[in-house]
Parts: sequence; structure tokens; C-alpha cells
Amino acid sequence: MRYAAPTTTREAAALIAKAKGRAFVLAGGTDLLVRMKIGTIEPELVVDIKRIPATQSITKSATGFRIGAGVPTAAMGENNALKKAWPGVVEAANLIGSDQIQNRCTIVGNLCNASPAADSVPALIAAGAKAAIVGPRGRRTVAVDKIVTGPGTTSLKKGEFIEAITLPRPPPRSGDAYLRFIPRTEMDIAVVGAGVSLTLGPNGVVKKARVTLGAVAPTVVLVPAAARAITGTRLEDVALAKLAAACEAACNPIDDMRGTIEYRTEVAGVLARRAAKIAYQRAGGN
Amino acid sequence: MAHDTSFTNQEFKVIGTRPPRPDGVDKVTGRAAYGADTFAPGQLVGLILRSPHAHAQIRKIDTSRAEKLKGVKAVITSDDLPDLTNGDRAMLDILENCMARGRALYDGHAVAAVAAIDAETARKALKLIKVDYKRLPHVTDVDEAVKPDAPIVQPYVRTAGVQPPPTKASNISQISEFGHGDVEAGFAQADFIVEESYKTEQTHQGYIEPHACLASVGPDGQGELWVTTQGHFTFRNQCAALLGMDVAKLKVTASEIGGGFGGKTHVWMEPVALALSRKANRPVKVVMSRDEVFRATGPTSSTSVDVKIGAKKNGRITAATATLRYQTGAFPGIWGMLGAMTAYACYDLKNVKTVGYNVLVNRPKVAAYRAPSAPMAAFAVESTIDLLAAKVGMEPVDFRIKNAAKKGTKASYGPTYGPIGIGPTLEAVKNHPHMRARLGKNQGRGMACGFWFNFGGQTCTDLNIGVDGTVNLTVGTVDVGGSRASLSLIAAEELGIPYERIKCNVADTSSLGHNDTTEGSRGTFSSGMATIFAARDAIEVLRERAAQTWEIDVKDVKWEGGRAVPKGVRHSNLGTLTLEELAAASPNTGGPIAGHNEVVADGAGVSFASHICDVEVDPETGATKVLRYTVVQDAGKAIHPDYVEGQLQGGAAQGIGWALNEEYIYGKDGRLQNPGFLDYRIPVCSDLPFIDTEILEIPNPNHPYGVRGVGETSIVPPLAAVGNAVSNAANVRLTHVPMSPPRILKAIKNRRSNATTG
Ligand SMILES: Cc1cc2nc3c(=O)[nH]c(=O)nc-3n(C[C@H](O)[C@H](O)[C@H](O)COP(=O)(O)OP(=O)(O)OC[C@H]3O[C@@H](n4cnc5c(N)ncnc54)[C@H](O)[C@@H]3O)c2cc1C
Repeated sequence: MRYAAPTTTREAAALIAKAKGRAFVLAGGTDLLVRMKIGTIEPELVVDIKRIPATQSITKSATGFRIGAGVPTAAMGENNALKKAWPGVVEAANLIGSDQIQNRCTIVGNLCNASPAADSVPALIAAGAKAAIVGPRGRRTVAVDKIVTGPGTTSLKKGEFIEAITLPRPPPRSGDAYLRFIPRTEMDIAVVGAGVSLTLGPNGVVKKARVTLGAVAPTVVLVPAAARAITGTRLEDVALAKLAAACEAACNPIDDMRGTIEYRTEVAGVLARRAAKIAYQRAGGN
Repeated sequence: MAHDTSFTNQEFKVIGTRPPRPDGVDKVTGRAAYGADTFAPGQLVGLILRSPHAHAQIRKIDTSRAEKLKGVKAVITSDDLPDLTNGDRAMLDILENCMARGRALYDGHAVAAVAAIDAETARKALKLIKVDYKRLPHVTDVDEAVKPDAPIVQPYVRTAGVQPPPTKASNISQISEFGHGDVEAGFAQADFIVEESYKTEQTHQGYIEPHACLASVGPDGQGELWVTTQGHFTFRNQCAALLGMDVAKLKVTASEIGGGFGGKTHVWMEPVALALSRKANRPVKVVMSRDEVFRATGPTSSTSVDVKIGAKKNGRITAATATLRYQTGAFPGIWGMLGAMTAYACYDLKNVKTVGYNVLVNRPKVAAYRAPSAPMAAFAVESTIDLLAAKVGMEPVDFRIKNAAKKGTKASYGPTYGPIGIGPTLEAVKNHPHMRARLGKNQGRGMACGFWFNFGGQTCTDLNIGVDGTVNLTVGTVDVGGSRASLSLIAAEELGIPYERIKCNVADTSSLGHNDTTEGSRGTFSSGMATIFAARDAIEVLRERAAQTWEIDVKDVKWEGGRAVPKGVRHSNLGTLTLEELAAASPNTGGPIAGHNEVVADGAGVSFASHICDVEVDPETGATKVLRYTVVQDAGKAIHPDYVEGQLQGGAAQGIGWALNEEYIYGKDGRLQNPGFLDYRIPVCSDLPFIDTEILEIPNPNHPYGVRGVGETSIVPPLAAVGNAVSNAANVRLTHVPMSPPRILKAIKNRRSNATTG
């Protein structure tokens, strides 16, 4: 196995593109190293991107935020502007693993590991996040929900990797939230996750919403029907019941040791309701 | 010298204090050497190939390609572990569990092993071994395994305990019955009867340190083994017998141990490591992965239990029965029998009958897990006791007090009790402030009792006094829970010197006589007894040396406050001689001063506990949060209260994990789905509240200080205490452990739909 730690994006892309065997980008390594240790992957090349300056910072601009692909999620929790703008994204990123894990792990790694249960991804998709991709043929930007194509697979082409995630500047009277269910209090994999991002009109009525679910289908699902169920409402009980029903209908989970189909489906509705209420409050609704 | 083991009520100077443990600094700085921390020149890496099938015939194992791989020094199969057990089927079972003999009996069963110069080579070699399996039908569920048409796990097994002895093979290896009186007559007198069935899933002890050893056998047949174990003498005897070695020529050294809880009481891969070393003629290190620990060591039984209890309106139980089916893995075990013995041990019953079934399934060989078998029986019985108390209209604690066993009660498993602690623990629970803490919405409280026998057994201890008056206490019981601190306190108490002047070591098998394994909560009880007697032996010598120095009769010398003191005014001008002075003079007064004792410590005191638990259940997700937890237990005498409290808290923590989330999950293919700590969910810190403890001290009449074992009983009540609390919080009876969120949510939904239809 070869290990490389290039200092520029171009160098990194060239290394990956030219690799003969399987090449992997190394961000925090909290997924990659575990898989190498248990032997499910045997990389020919590992490219550590943490020496590339462009991956190392969170920057705020007039259009929003840019989070470098090497930024550990702990740093997101320490960025007050980000926390204020996208509390749901930050809380999702800060649910990953434990303090030790968060000192290393990244949201891009979480995304590219392509687990249906990845915690930060439903929040990112609800927030309308985009991925800035670099590759041998240059750069492109795509919506985060277009990256994962199935468990363990992504739409990234050979030689491509993600340099940063961008989040828009939230409109006024917006709020987001992410909740997950795990049987324990930490160090666990989401049985169900629910992300909600919404913007209110001046009268406290939901003007625009995005609702996502994790761990209930092969990829994170965006549920437009759930968003419609609460749009134009003040999250009255009827609206929340419709939201839950729409979420349940969008579930296509598996039965496994982490949860039954029945359980996952029911809890998806419960969490979406609870997350919607938190997002609503954060947006200034009451 | 014969010593008196009976309890004498004495004033203590250091017993009951809380000095830091002697192994503490090493453990927090990383200096302590655990099972994987011993290295030998030229050592090889040993790895084991394991069956991917729940049950399969092994038609052929082709090791030729692995043997040819550069760097491979030995490859072994069961051919290299011939049967030397001479008709001892239990020993052959142990050997067969270490390495499959023609049939793989469970997912993870060892089928071959390699020793190579490094891990990479060893891993490659494993892949080069070709095993030709023919899959056979399997059974992993205890209730399925007792059905007449179930696949037979072990064709040699005939059900023991039935007349006439059966001729057909069965998965039921034994049926055993306990009790007394006439249960039918008792139920006829009852005003209320409750019958309920329960299931508990299989759990693992979950010790953090995996099994690990370094084995070295020379061409002359002498060998050494460095290993993480609860009992290195037992390991030595088992390994020597299985490999045809002389017991005296196999020296086993116990490392520091990162938890065992019963799982390190017998050998799993140590004979394999020795056999590899013998074949390779090099030392071989074998360290299990977590996956191997889960799949191929000894978890506790999954169970299925039916309970029936009847009581009069006044709250007296008139009759109680239980049928307990415990799976023992792919080999016979005693676990159902222990469940049947412990089920009703807390109660004073006129009419009681329990029947225990030991049932074979295609799962790993079950081993002891802290008070083995008692928690599941207690879950079933204590849940039913709560249901019955509600029918009678009594508070659960009052109902239990009314029926509690006491001195003179004939226990359901046979003996008549001496002084015991169940009544006092229940009274302490009734008066505990926890019982008055306010409960909010979706919150519930539960309590439960538990019993464990405790064990004494063989012990051999040395006490050597150095020239500076410091003392080496040499014991053969592995220190799992702080026993070196407790034993040092005992030596300090007897000798009358400060705790800091004692250094307690766990010796290897060539340095002391046989010591039984640290199990059955016996470490401090039995080695404590031997330490008292060894110290008293040494005091005899000290008095003799003083008498010799003073030229007076030894009868005129007493030992007091760490010094020899002449008795009577006649000798008042002689002054005193301290232990230090006597030690310094010892080269000229007869040589080193030592004490020694070997004992079969009979009379372990039975132990009882009562626990209280408060929980909150989320009615929409089925998630449980433990809010408060209190343990009340009789310790007999708490030598070092910190480590007693540690045991009480640890048992409760493990029990809470078992109650709520831990379980072995098998797929339809008979393979374990969750062999790792990610999906086998032991509690993390933030899952647990502070666990409060209250130690009671009802002396054990058969120990000089009144000590009872304390290590195990604390895991017995939690399944039921949590179960009763959850059932009260969710307003529906939970009968299946673990009470995981999906199970609780399902029970709540069933209750709701029954309420609307009913
Ligand atoms: C103890 C523990 C607990 C955990 N708990 C959680 C949890 O609660 N929730 C959760 O969602 N996850 C959890 N995880 C999984 C893991 O920590 C997360 O998925 C984490 O976000 C991965 O980030 P990373 O930077 O460490 O990824 P890495 O391991 O570095 O990479 C993961 C994958 O993404 C690829 N990759 C990384 N960066 C890029 C890039 N820039 N472009 C393209 N591909 C890239 C890698 O090649 C690899 O395939 C846990 C892991 C552990 C070990």
C-alpha cells in the first residue's frame, strides 16, 4: 500500500486518477481505517487530503458557508456563525461517534462513505448543501443529494474527490434541526434519522420546507410530500400528523439487527414531527 | 496447623478502610501487563480459521498450500490434538470446542490454526487452507431445539435425569428437579394465581480485554503459558491434560486481567497456542479479535421460562413452580440446573417445584457469566412476584417481605439457611429515600431481589517477611476486582502493621500449590481466609523468635499492635520487639520468617440483594432511560468498601445493559449477526445514572471476619428490577429481555390496540 499526502488539489486528483489499484481519499479516517483494519478493503493507494490548505477551513461569505473537506466536525461545533445559521447541520455533525471521533471525522467522509445511516447527510440535504468536486477534468458543483447512489456507492468519477461542502446563507426566519434514534445515548448507528429545514412567512406560517429521512432506504430520502404537509401551516397537530404519515409512506427500510421495518417506519414519523417542531421554534415560530 | 474458621466478632483497625489499590498506578499509566503484553524472542503470530457455518460436516481440510507459504512455521487441525482424555467426555468437549473434530458445531468454531512469522503471513495462510464443508441442518433457538424433530447437535447426548434412561439422542442433555412440599395442594389453597412465560436472549460478559496468550513448548516437553485468565491453575491442569504434558512441567503465569466475569474460567484457544508452539518449536502468541471473542468464547444462555405462583389474600405464597429451559451451546452444561436451583432461593415456600432443562443448540459453548443462570430465573420469578403482588393488592416490597426466606428456612434447592440477608435488604429498600423519590409522566419504579450461592474451594497462600519488615503476600487467586488490596488489608490487620508495608503478588503455577479459579465470588473469601491463617502462622514464628531472643517461654509472648510483647510483670523489663526488629534479626535467629496456609474454604456464605430502579419510557419510540438505581446487598463484611461498592455497581451496570439492549442476534443461516461492540450494545457511560449502593453486613458464621462473596449477586436482580420499572412506566408487562426499543414499542402498541378492541 502507498500513502501520499499532497499539498495541492491538483496533485491529489492526479495521484488518484493515475492509481493502478484501488485508491482512497483519507479525510478523518474514522471509516476508512476501520474498514482497512477489518480487511474489507485493501487499498493500493491512500491519499491524505488534510495537507491541502483549501480543505482545512470554514469560510463565511455573502452567499453562505464553505466547509473544507478536511475540517473535523468538532471545528464545526466551535464555529458560532455556522452554528447560528445552520444549527441542525452542526448538531447532526456533532452526533457522530464521540469527542474523539469528532476530532478527526468530516462531513465529506460521512457523505462519501455512503452509508444510508450517515448522520450529517439528512441535515445537509435538508439544508440544500452542495458539493464542490475536483477531478482530472476540472471542477463541478452538484447538490449533496446527487452524490450517494446506493449503500457504499457514489456518483464520483475516477480521480474525482470533494474539496468542500457549501451551504447557502439561510433566508431570514429560517431554522433547521436533525434528530436520530439510537438505542443508546451515543456511539451508535442511527436506526432512523430525520432532518427538517424550513423558512417561515412573516405570519409564522411555513413558507418553504425540506424534510429528509436517513436509515430508512438505500440512500437518504428527500420527502417532498412531507414538506408539502407542513407548508402553509403553523405545525398544527393535523399538519404534524400528515407530515408523519408522509414520512412513513416514504420509508423503504430493511429488517435488520438494528431495527425492524415496522419500527423504523413508525419512528421515522415520530422523529420528523419532533424535528419539525424544533426547526419551527428555531425559525422563530411558536 | 488447623485453624478455626468460625466468625469471631472482633474490633478492626484497618479492615473497612479504603486505601488505594496496589495495582492502580500501573493500570492508569499503562504499565500493567495484560494478556497480549508478554513477548518472547522469536515469537510467532498464531491465527485460527473458524467455521462460517452453524453446523457442518468437515469432509476434508487441505492445509498443503498454507504449509508451503514462506514464513509459515506450523499449521494444525484436530489431527494435532489427539484425544488423550481417556473417556472423560467433559474434557473431550473442551478439546472439541478448542478445535472441531469432524463437525463444525457453531458459527465461529475453530477448524484449523496457523503460526507464522507475522500477522500478514498468518492471514494469507488462513486463506490458503481449503475446508470442504457439507452443511447440516442447524438449530439456534432454545424452544426450537427441544422439539422432537429438531436437528441433533450432539449425537452422543442422551437425556440424563429421566427414567428409564433414553436410548435416542436428544438436545436435552439433562432434566433436573428441585423443591419440596405438594405444589398442587398449594395451588388449591391459593386465592390468586399468576402464570406467565418469559424469554431472555443470549448475552456476553463483554470484558474489554480479549483472550490472549503467549505459549512456548520446548522439544523436551516443558512449557510455559502467559495468559489472561481467571484461574491459571485450572488452565494449567486443562492444558496439560489435553496435550499430554506433565502438570509440573507446564508453568502458567496469569497476566493482569481486563475483565472475565466467568468467561475466562476455562480454556478456549490456549491448547491451540500450545499445540502450535509444540509443532513450530517457537513461542506463539494468539490474540483473539473481538469478532472471535463474541463468536467463539462462552456467552451465557438464552432462556425460556414458565412461572406459576399462587398466594392467599393475606399475601402468603402457597405454591410456586417454574420450568426453565436454558441453552448451553453446542456442548452439555449445567446452566438450566443452576437456574432451577436459584429461581426461588429468596423465598420461604411450603410448596415449591422447579424443573431445569439443559438444552444444546448450534451456538458457542456457554460459560459462566457472573452468578451464572440466576439473573434469567430471577427475571421470570421477580416479574411474576410483581404481578401477583398487584393481584393481592400489596406493595411489591411488602409482599416480598412477607414471603422472604430467613434463618431456618428450607431453601427451594435443598439446604436450610443460617443467618441470611434477604429480609434486611428488603427492609433497607422499604426505608430507602429512593422509594420516596417523585416519579413524573411516563416514569416507573421497579424492584427485585436476587440470590447467589457463592463458593469457597481450594486455596494456598504464602506470606514472607523481608529483612526490612515489609511483607510479600503471595496468592494464587487471580485478582479480578481488587482482591490484592483486600488481601493486603487482611494481612495488615493480622500482623498489626500498616497496609503500605504489604505487597501482594499473584504467583505463577510453579510457585504455589493449587488454587481454584477466581469464580463464585471466592477470591477475597477463600484467599482472605488463607491469608488470615498464613499471617497467624507467621505470628507464631515471630513470637518464637522473640521468646528465643528474650530467653523466655513462647507462651509468655503475645503479639499486639505489630510487635511481640512479653506477658506479665515478671518480664516487664524486656520491652517489646517490633516486626521490623524481629525481621532484621532473622538471619541470626533461624532464618527467614514466613507463614503458609492451604485450605479448602468451605462455608461460603450465601448472598442476597435487593435493587430499586426508576426509568422513563418514551411511549413513541420505546426508548428507556434509567433515572435512578439503588443496590442494597449483604456483604457479610466489607473488607475494602470501595471494591465492594465497585462490584455492586458493576453488576448492576451489566444487568441494566442485559435488560435493555444486549443480545446475540442470529440470522436464519445460524450465523451471529452482531459480533462487535457496535451492534452488541453494552451500556456506554452516558446510558447509566449514578448507581447508589448500600452495604449490609450480616456476618457469615463460617469465616473469621464474617466475609461473604460479593462479586456476583449484584447482576441477579437488574433484569427484573428494570423489567418491573419499564412495565410500570409503559403500563404493559414486558416478558422478553432485552427490552429493546422495538420490543417495548410493540408491547405498547399491542396494549393500545387491545384496549380499543377489548
Ligand atoms: C466509533 C465510531 C463511531 C461512529 N459513529 C458514527 C455516528 O454516530 N454517525 C455516523 O454517521 N457515523 C459514525 N461513524 C462513522 C464515521 O465516523 C463517519 O462516517 C465520519 O463522518 C467519516 O468521516 P472521515 O472523515 O473519518 O471519513 P474517512 O474514513 O476518511 O473516509 C470515509 C470514506 O469517504 C471517502 N472520502 C473521504 N473524504 C473524501 C473526499 N474528500 N472526497 C471523496 N471521498 C472521500 C474515503 O475514501 C472513504 O471511503 C462512526 C465511526 C466510528 C469509528
